Amino acid sequence: MDAQTETRSDPRAAGSATIAGIKLEMIRRGRGRPILFLHPSNGIEPEAPFLDLLAKEGEVFAPSHPGFGASELGAGMSNIDDLAYYYLDFLEELDLHDVLVVGVSFGGWLAAEIAIKSTARLSKLVLIDSVGIKVSDRETRDIADLFALTPDEIAELVYHDPTQAQRDLTQLPDDVLRSIARNREASARFGWSPYMHDPKLKQRLHRIDVPALFLWGESDRVVKPDYGRAFAGFVPGARFELIAKAGHAPHVEQPEATARKILAFAKEAAPHVPSKEVA
Amino acid sequence: MRVYHMTEQSYFPAWEGDQKLRVDLPNKHCDPKIAGDLFHRYYDEWLLADDLGLDIFINEHHATATCMSSVAAIPLAILARESKKAKLLVLGYPLGNRMDPLRCAEELSIIDVLSRGRLEMGFVKGVPYELPVSNLNPVQIMDRFWEGHDFILKAMTSHDGPFNWEGEFYHYRHVNVWPRAYQDPHPPVWITTSSKGNAKQIAARGHVMATMGTGYASKGTYDAYKEQRRAMGEPEPGIEKFAYLGLVAVGSTPEEARRRGELISEYNKSSGRVHPPFANPPGFLSVDDNARLLKAGSKRLARLVTKDGRYITPSKASVEELVDAGMMFCGTPDQVYQQIVDFSDAIGGIGNFLAMMQAGYLSHDDTVSNLTLFAKEVLPRLKEYRYTPREDAAAAAE
Repeated sequence: MDAQTETRSDPRAAGSATIAGIKLEMIRRGRGRPILFLHPSNGIEPEAPFLDLLAKEGEVFAPSHPGFGASELGAGMSNIDDLAYYYLDFLEELDLHDVLVVGVSFGGWLAAEIAIKSTARLSKLVLIDSVGIKVSDRETRDIADLFALTPDEIAELVYHDPTQAQRDLTQLPDDVLRSIARNREASARFGWSPYMHDPKLKQRLHRIDVPALFLWGESDRVVKPDYGRAFAGFVPGARFELIAKAGHAPHVEQPEATARKILAFAKEAAPHVPSKEVA
Repeated sequence: MRVYHMTEQSYFPAWEGDQKLRVDLPNKHCDPKIAGDLFHRYYDEWLLADDLGLDIFINEHHATATCMSSVAAIPLAILARESKKAKLLVLGYPLGNRMDPLRCAEELSIIDVLSRGRLEMGFVKGVPYELPVSNLNPVQIMDRFWEGHDFILKAMTSHDGPFNWEGEFYHYRHVNVWPRAYQDPHPPVWITTSSKGNAKQIAARGHVMATMGTGYASKGTYDAYKEQRRAMGEPEPGIEKFAYLGLVAVGSTPEEARRRGELISEYNKSSGRVHPPFANPPGFLSVDDNARLLKAGSKRLARLVTKDGRYITPSKASVEELVDAGMMFCGTPDQVYQQIVDFSDAIGGIGNFLAMMQAGYLSHDDTVSNLTLFAKEVLPRLKEYRYTPREDAAAAAE
């Protein structure tokens, strides 16, 4: 079945497409190799320069995940596996091959959950300040509890420069406010408990058999760089790099540096990745 | 009208200062010797209420200095044994916030048996700030609530051996509750709400509906309940299907009542002292409600409408304003009687008046006097209450 796509008159705005049975809000921009951008739990800014930078080197698909933004929640969807399987259907229905998957924070977790299930349609994986695994002991919180913090407290942890976060929500149009409310609800639906991670993910990361790059804002205080190093250590052959003057959202604070690292990684000849032994 | 005495069993000694009282107040601020004395005091007050012909209302909250009753089954069990005649209302078991409805059914059945059928079984979804404590997901809390409700009633009414339950949230393979509940088919079910949608769901099941301190806005939920019953072709429900919680301060003089009212109204100032993110966890409110709150920004405050259409904020309101808004009933016995009757007639007829006769900083001696005066001077008249709709006052309702 072909994806039914209707695009709004503003070509930069997110269009709406029914893919694999779910009506999605999706930004689709650029030409060339497919790049799937998986947004963090606070969604996507259509005007963010980051997507344009990626679109110079490929065709960017940036959907709002089911339940987020203006995207429909699929029937029965309640955990991260539901989203990961959905994206495998999504790639199949759009018949995308050699996809570069770029995920930020929650989107990075989702990218890893997709990749442990199947990398058949993936070429490479970029995880940026990703949540998704448990590293420390049971009494140490690896991932800051954003549900227990005020917007100002969250900004202090998320941004290298917290003034980035200042905006007056009361002035935003109703559909944007609804998206903010839906993003927050969906983050809890998929990440309330276990908090923003899947206890099974760590032991399955060895299955990832495409090259993986972990990018981390050096000032990230939601998930600290050491968490990222540990995460990368579970993915065969993965590389870890810091991004200066960025916190938990390098794609927002340092879009050029982040995109540059991603695109350079995309162009590298595939290094040797230890593949699974076949018995 | 039946009248229930309620106290939240607060640990008010920790309220001084401006620290938050819910979720994250360290329990080093709780002296267990003082807590023990307070528990015995509150239970003594309930036993006095029993002697005076009042019923008993118990609730449950978690990780808070505003209410030490973190396991409602414990006071219920003690009072099931020690009280004599009073109905034992728990309002309620926070089903959206409890992991194990089988355990709920077992606890409630024991209490019903122990009290020889005096239990009234209230279910609530749970307050927002306690989901971070239980760690149950605020998303789908009402779906979880209704599955827990359905399960408990099935568990209490199944008498022919184990049954199977494989629901969306709960899984059991051999459900067989011993002892079975004393009341047949099961203890009366009460549910709280402040929304018309939930009011209709409660009405559809014929349960008792309670509104808690929501003032004249309660009329909308009472009307929704009645409308649902009419839509089902059922007769107009009696007032025994409706309950309302208010603060009560009676005095032998207006001055004495007012002094008590001021001590009790500290409840309103303590109740909302919570770190803001805990007050609205994601998914607890609907997307539309949350979008509206974002639009309103910091301007938003809890508010009640008075009978003459003014808006007040309970945490900042005077005793007079709380009385005008139907949140408090304060005065001499004659005045309090008239306030309750007028309010009840305005919102649609209260059959069960849930009276917080201890709250805030009200001392034991004042509580004893409040209870005694109410039971001797107000209760006998309220027992004769007949609902008389009052269109004029209703017009002020939201």
